[in-house]
Amino acid sequence: MNILEVKNLNMSYKTIDGEVEAVKDVSFTVKEGESFGIVGESGCGKTSVAMSLLQLQADNGKITNGEIIFDGRNIVGLSESQLREVRWSGISIVFQGAMNSWNPVVKIGEQIREAMREHYPNKTKEENTTKILELFEIVGLDSAVIDRFPHELSGGMKQRAVIALALSCDPKLIIADEPTTALDVVIQDQILNEIRKVQEVLGLSLIYISHDIAVIAEMTDNMAVMYAGRIVERGPTKEIFANPRHSYTKSLLESTPSVVGDKVKLKSLEGEPPSLINKESGCSFAPRCPYKEDSCNPSLDMELVEIGTDHYVDICSAGKS
Amino acid sequence: MKNNLIEVRDLEKYFEVSGGLFSRNKSIVKAVDGISFDIPFGSSLGLVGQSGCGKTTTARALSLLDPKTNGNVNFYNEETSSMQSIDELEGDELKKFRRNIQMIFQDPYESLNPRWNIKDIILEPLNIHNIGDLKDREEAVYEILKTVGLTPPENYMPRYPHELSGGQRQRVSIARTLIMKPKFVVCDEPTSMLDVSIRISIMDLMLNLAKDLEVSYLYITHDLAVARYMCDRIAVMFNGKIVEIAETEELLSNPIHPYTKRLISSIPIPDPSYKRERYELDFTELDSIIKNNSNNDPMVEVKDNHFVATHDIKGIL
Amino acid sequence: MDKQKDIATKIRREALKKNWRLFRRSKLGMLGLYIVTFFLFLSILQPILFITGIWNEGVYDPVVGYSEQFQEFLVVECPKEYPTEKYENRSDCPGRTEVNIRTLFYSDAQVGETIIQNLQPAPPSSKHILGTDSLGRDVFSQIMEGSQVAFVLGLLSATLGVGISTILGTIAAFFGGKIDAYLMRQSDLILMLPTLPLLFIISAFAELQVWHLAVVLGTIGGLGGSVITIKSQALQVKVKPFVDSARVTGGSRMNILFSHVLPNVAPLALLFMVFSVTGAIASESVLSFLGLLNIDMSWGLMIYLAQVEGFIFSGMKFWWLILPAGLSVTFLTGGFYLVGRGLDEVFNPRLRDR
Repeated sequence: MNILEVKNLNMSYKTIDGEVEAVKDVSFTVKEGESFGIVGESGCGKTSVAMSLLQLQADNGKITNGEIIFDGRNIVGLSESQLREVRWSGISIVFQGAMNSWNPVVKIGEQIREAMREHYPNKTKEENTTKILELFEIVGLDSAVIDRFPHELSGGMKQRAVIALALSCDPKLIIADEPTTALDVVIQDQILNEIRKVQEVLGLSLIYISHDIAVIAEMTDNMAVMYAGRIVERGPTKEIFANPRHSYTKSLLESTPSVVGDKVKLKSLEGEPPSLINKESGCSFAPRCPYKEDSCNPSLDMELVEIGTDHYVDICSAGKS
Repeated sequence: MKNNLIEVRDLEKYFEVSGGLFSRNKSIVKAVDGISFDIPFGSSLGLVGQSGCGKTTTARALSLLDPKTNGNVNFYNEETSSMQSIDELEGDELKKFRRNIQMIFQDPYESLNPRWNIKDIILEPLNIHNIGDLKDREEAVYEILKTVGLTPPENYMPRYPHELSGGQRQRVSIARTLIMKPKFVVCDEPTSMLDVSIRISIMDLMLNLAKDLEVSYLYITHDLAVARYMCDRIAVMFNGKIVEIAETEELLSNPIHPYTKRLISSIPIPDPSYKRERYELDFTELDSIIKNNSNNDPMVEVKDNHFVATHDIKGIL
Repeated sequence: MDKQKDIATKIRREALKKNWRLFRRSKLGMLGLYIVTFFLFLSILQPILFITGIWNEGVYDPVVGYSEQFQEFLVVECPKEYPTEKYENRSDCPGRTEVNIRTLFYSDAQVGETIIQNLQPAPPSSKHILGTDSLGRDVFSQIMEGSQVAFVLGLLSATLGVGISTILGTIAAFFGGKIDAYLMRQSDLILMLPTLPLLFIISAFAELQVWHLAVVLGTIGGLGGSVITIKSQALQVKVKPFVDSARVTGGSRMNILFSHVLPNVAPLALLFMVFSVTGAIASESVLSFLGLLNIDMSWGLMIYLAQVEGFIFSGMKFWWLILPAGLSVTFLTGGFYLVGRGLDEVFNPRLRDR
């Protein structure tokens, strides 16, 4: 059963320098209980996708096309009050840097209860508190945290509390946008472990967004690679790591150092991602592509083509042959 | 067997922290609590650890930004062909000495003066130390821009930092650092704020320049994978102490200290079929063992050039 | 190397264009700029009119000019009690074209006769766009003269003040310790002083001219609260990695202070400068209005004269003696303030809404 189907999502921002196409023709599905990863570097659009799913993009951003079908219902174009029902109790999100956005003068428990009151106005304070304590146990937080202020907690504890907050209204799908970026690798490991446990125990679906391809490898069943606002490759995680087909995916894998295995000479990309302002269509990776072939024509239109079981690659029409 | 460029012995850096508005107690934070290591000429040492372990404080002490509280730091003096303590340096001698130590910072956005253009930024070290005349200096800037891959140099020299990308800015930092041909460069996580796909090009650049100019690096990072790529030896720091130090491949294949094992086993591997086994460690236990080791036993050489802190080996080895 | 210079100029020009575009987006800033430019134009217009001979200096000089305006006046006798059938209240007698016989000391005219007298102050006419004041001087010329005074005074005191506060603030941030403590206490002290009463006291002891006023205002402003703000900005710059970078390279403290810290504090200082101009102009007006300033002509002086000669209480009968000067002060200070707001958007990216 598909909990989320994204079809041809397009989102752009209006800025003083022009229109920025942050998300272009993005499509993917997430099944119940599945963990789906989106990997890409700065400016690729992965955070914009996350924001669009909950329609939390900035005021100057707009979804210009596409459908987001959550639990069988298209949520694009819903009114604000209808969306509020979906947010948190349907889809919830752990933002980048969320652990720093706790209100410093309110206790953690109270802040979580505040979210719960929005969606469960009829529950009592005791019922909410019990629920919070259950969640704390799942994410590995001591029950005393419920009465603590944010500054009394370490970074790792704050982040676990953020996850508890995201779970507080029984969502079916959680989006985690770089949830461990500012944390030490040891704590990151613990938190990733807890996220996995949470998923199993509660049967949640997870969309995990990161620039760290190693984390995506460990945490996800299926994944998508994004570049310059488009998905350039999509498919089962194991398949993509074993058979990367898009040049960008290959470059990403070739530039990631690892602590295990033989020490290999790594390859790097030159240049930077293209500007998304008033972008023309065509292959946006061409300027940096180290695998250019003679048949390559960067101005042709791109589309996702199935090249293996469930394995899609963004190819121009020249590449299809 | 190369000569040592730097010898650090029992380096300590303490900070006084007042106990609050009404408290008269001043507690002492031992950011760096007695560490020792050597760096030979033309070789690189990685300093790895989590935030707060003292690696940045060590870096700043070694680059003479912040004064150390205690300990000896000796540099090789070419004129006397012997090791000389930095404490003996003052005034003009100190300034001349600074030619040999440089530092590359982590944040490409904040490490270049936004009001200076690229040419002036790279010229500054030459101006401060009065090297050559103006024409020589401008030529040197031109050449080094080519070396770090910012070509054609004329396009970059009049630009301002905000017009360049993160990767380009780090190249400017590298150019500025290496134009004086220093012997020792402290690198404070120079690639952690850059996109993953361009990190390698910056690191390769640094490795090549190190080979050409015989520069030694002290490379600070929290990412062991990066340390593996850049460094000949790695030292692992925890709570102000070095718990293990060894050559890179040796450390990764034979970690001995429990913290090192925990660290290595926590790193995610970019391979979905790899089964990672986490090494469990109780941190409070480790912390209290280290705190109880107040007599600062020297590290034990377990294997050739592989040292481990002894405080809790007694329970493990 | 010449090619370098070309590229350098091109890049500089592009940067300026971008900043200009940003400033243009601020409607308030542009409005302020129009206003300030208008008054600047007025300041320049006056000497041009004199030099080109369009205006005869004898007639149009704002201080010593004299314009004869003769008009017929009907001699009347103003009644003791009001209202009467001819006049509503006391200020209606004598009317614009009448003269009260009791004020005629040197004439044999009788009630009902017409005499010819000099009409001062004269209302706006084709010869004098804003009329003349009681001494026959052209009001429009006075406004332009006042504009010059406002600009010179404003910019002089602002530059002085900003110069002082920038240097002091940066020194306080850089050297810390006792110097910092002293400068902060001094700044607090000055903040507590009420500027205007202080100026009154000073003017009681010494005859203040415009230059003196500029220096006093600039110094007081410079030693006051802006030192604290500049210091906090300098503190932020001091801990930036590029300052560390300069230190590691071996730069001396003074070198770092002047070439790294100061230029990064400058935008904030510029902002202060624009805002302090408004205070300077307003202070001058107040002082002149109270007659405390030794100055030949300024907007404040115009209103002072109007008040001293009793024209202020005549309601709108002699509006050209009061309104132009008052509005000029309001608009020019407002204009500078708006320019400051516009500049704020350029320098402070967080205020921009994309």
